[in-house]
Amino acid sequence: MALTKLTVNGKVYSVDVDPNMPLLWAIRDVIGLKGTKFGCGMAQCGACTVHLNGTPVRSCSTPVSVVKTQKITTIEGIGTPDHLHAVQQAWIEEQVPQCGYCQSGQIMSAVALLKQKPNPSDEDIDTYMQGNICRCGTYQRIRSAIHKASGLLQEKKPVKTTPAPVGK
Amino acid sequence: MKPQHTSRRGFLKAGGSAGALLALGFSLPAQAGDVVLHKIEKTALGLELSPYILIDDTGKITLLNPRPDMGQGTYQSMPALIAEELEVSFDQIHIIQTNGQGKYGAQLSGGSSSVRTRWIPMRKAGAAVREMLIQAAANKWKVPVAECFAENAKVIHRPSGKSFPYAELVEEASRLEIPKEPKLKDPKDFKLLGKNIPKPDVPLKVTGRAQFGIDVEVPGMLYASIERSPSIHGKVISFDDAAALKVPGVKKVLKAERAMPHLTVETVAVVATNYWAAMEGRRKLKVQWEKKDPTYLATDTYSARLKELAGKESSDFAGNKGDFAAAYAGAARKIQASYETPFAAHAAMEPVNATAWFKGDSLEIWAPTQGPDGTISELARYLNLKPEQVKVNVTFLGGAFGRKAYLDFVKEAAFLSKAVGAPVKLLWTREDDMTQGPYRPAMLSVLEGGIDAQGKITAFHHKIITESIQEQVFKADLKGKADGWTEEGIGEKDSPIEVPNIRRSYLKARTDLPIVWWRSVYASTNVFGHESFIDELAHAAGRDPLDLRLELFKDSPRFVKVLETLAEKSGYRQKRPAGKAMGIAIARSFSTICAHAFTVAKTKDGVKIEKVVSVIDCGMVVNPDNVRAQTESNVVYGLTAALKGPITYADGAIQQSNFHNYPVLRLPEMPKVEVHIIDNQEAPGGVGEPGLPPIAPALANALFNLTGKRVRKLPMELNG
Ligand code: FES
Ligand code: FES
Repeated sequence: MALTKLTVNGKVYSVDVDPNMPLLWAIRDVIGLKGTKFGCGMAQCGACTVHLNGTPVRSCSTPVSVVKTQKITTIEGIGTPDHLHAVQQAWIEEQVPQCGYCQSGQIMSAVALLKQKPNPSDEDIDTYMQGNICRCGTYQRIRSAIHKASGLLQEKKPVKTTPAPVGK
Repeated sequence: MKPQHTSRRGFLKAGGSAGALLALGFSLPAQAGDVVLHKIEKTALGLELSPYILIDDTGKITLLNPRPDMGQGTYQSMPALIAEELEVSFDQIHIIQTNGQGKYGAQLSGGSSSVRTRWIPMRKAGAAVREMLIQAAANKWKVPVAECFAENAKVIHRPSGKSFPYAELVEEASRLEIPKEPKLKDPKDFKLLGKNIPKPDVPLKVTGRAQFGIDVEVPGMLYASIERSPSIHGKVISFDDAAALKVPGVKKVLKAERAMPHLTVETVAVVATNYWAAMEGRRKLKVQWEKKDPTYLATDTYSARLKELAGKESSDFAGNKGDFAAAYAGAARKIQASYETPFAAHAAMEPVNATAWFKGDSLEIWAPTQGPDGTISELARYLNLKPEQVKVNVTFLGGAFGRKAYLDFVKEAAFLSKAVGAPVKLLWTREDDMTQGPYRPAMLSVLEGGIDAQGKITAFHHKIITESIQEQVFKADLKGKADGWTEEGIGEKDSPIEVPNIRRSYLKARTDLPIVWWRSVYASTNVFGHESFIDELAHAAGRDPLDLRLELFKDSPRFVKVLETLAEKSGYRQKRPAGKAMGIAIARSFSTICAHAFTVAKTKDGVKIEKVVSVIDCGMVVNPDNVRAQTESNVVYGLTAALKGPITYADGAIQQSNFHNYPVLRLPEMPKVEVHIIDNQEAPGGVGEPGLPPIAPALANALFNLTGKRVRKLPMELNG
């Protein structure tokens, strides 16, 4: 065990863990942020995707010891129901999630993609997102939601901050 | 509308104003489809009765949702049925997930049954409350009931324009009799049903806030990971836990058990203060397992056995017609083919898990279970408790597809909590999930068809050879007869093809590999053989496959409509350029008809699936967007099973362990999918599963048209 400082979503946490512990379990079980999911434990499914200094990584296969001072962003740091990120907004408008379990990881990958390529083609999306599995099969909607988010981000006007209307 | 999960106590609080309330429950007596409504006195709330609708004098409307949500949209479809009749808008309802106590009626999410069985009862319950509120308003105003109507959570007096919000009518209404036959709304007046309404759980699921089983935390809980015999049917001879116990955080290593319906096997569990430590400890365990005959569960051996059985006498399904044997013997042309489907894993994204807290004389459990009531009864039996001593909290399910109706995992968690005397969260790894089952059973379909000189199909026999889920999982003794589920997709009702001599039959092929329902159950395997063979018959008879189906279904107008719509929307009758081909398949399952047209093309990188056009007739639609989403979902799940896998058992173990050697469909392989919904007023059918069965045969039929090669075994190779 060793005391380590982790910066998650702008907040510094001191955690006392085995340096080999994958970041995923430190985030979920020690820090208590549950939005990041476990799906395979071997960098195959993308459910555990978080950002290290803005770059997506598979937290199930990233030991706490390699994180050092890098800033960690999880789904909780992307947006909240009252202050949605454009990608989350687009995900709601396209009604992407089914069971929802893979969607934190999908959104983390999509946010990173749009930073790199603000205007991705279908091929760009397919290539970039192929590491994220969705067993509910929401792939087609993920494609269209990414295009929609790209549009929302480029409109430049501030993204709507209210959740999508329900029942209207 | 705010989805929330809560306990019974929470429920009381949710409905807990100090004043009057109107609570109406209903139960489904022996026969599903009808409903008995009953009023619930405030003092009885939370004690024994189980209301589905509750309105208090602050106007708060609470609904107990009796169906777990695993992605199929229950969260929305159930409340929509009530809200429509109750004349309230969607966001005025609070939903509470029920916790599995007996009075709620059957709660399993499975068999695409949620909307099908609740359609009328849920609406009747809503309509009864509406009529009571209208009557209450009429009484207060002393005007005829006919002058009043309900709208947007108010009762309005038409002539004067006066209105009462529901909140002010609750007290008066609670004194009224429940109407015996509440009048349901005319579908043309629906405001919610049939409309695209955003699902209320989506904002939670895009912000990481939905609570799945894996996210549950109970104060003082420990974490467990379980080492299992590679052979599945394991007995522990000995284990060495010295290294495991040295891992910081590991508290205890113990022999444990996995109680499956057909047998209980031994395991070794590591319990620790965090999950990572439990897994580390598990990796350091040395367990000596009893050796098993490696051929015992081998899938090769099983597949050979299926073929051996192909020539044996089988037992008939109900509804056979004419004399197949005689007609086949006398047919001008005889066609025979066999189709094989493998064992398949569910591989839901959330591995199974459960958090259990055994408190001596009671058990509380938090789990992503498909059946809260089954969870209670099985746990009660397992631990020798009364059902009232078991409390289940259902979380969101991160996918299930049948797996989370198999309740071995909740028993494992309960066993461990009892053994260590603390709350325990058990989480399976992906490897546990893939190597231990349960799986979809493998099947061999043997088909025979006779064609007369005019190209008419005169004889047809579909024999399926597989294991019975009802026997292995539900301990039925059917003496070699087919269980009720085996004919899904191909029985008389699901496949009303007009052939004068038709036979469908079943032959049991026992396996002890654990099996269970898998999305669309037997229809997922039956229909591959059935619909591929219809295509083979069409080609043999020189007929267009879609035209032949139109003829076979000529007395079933809903099938005809689906086929004609498919032809029109997919451009089936147009000429396709060289290097492109289309194939179709149709099936009815879970009371819904679905057909797909696959376009495949030869490209420089090999054969590609370009497009899937789907037509679905699921009767009256609650939420069209959800029907589209579920159909897209079935395309992906069905394509994975058609193209990837299989699950194989050799050398004493399952050979697949994670997504690197059991791949699933990924985004680049996703074809464009276009879904068309038939608009009608028929009773609603399922939507979570019926899109799946015709996937594999439609693709196989398209490949045949492209390459001339017939696929008779899954998974298939696009470039085989
Ligand atoms: S859990 Fe990390 S990639 Fe699957
Ligand atoms: S939404 Fe269920 S796995 Fe993606």
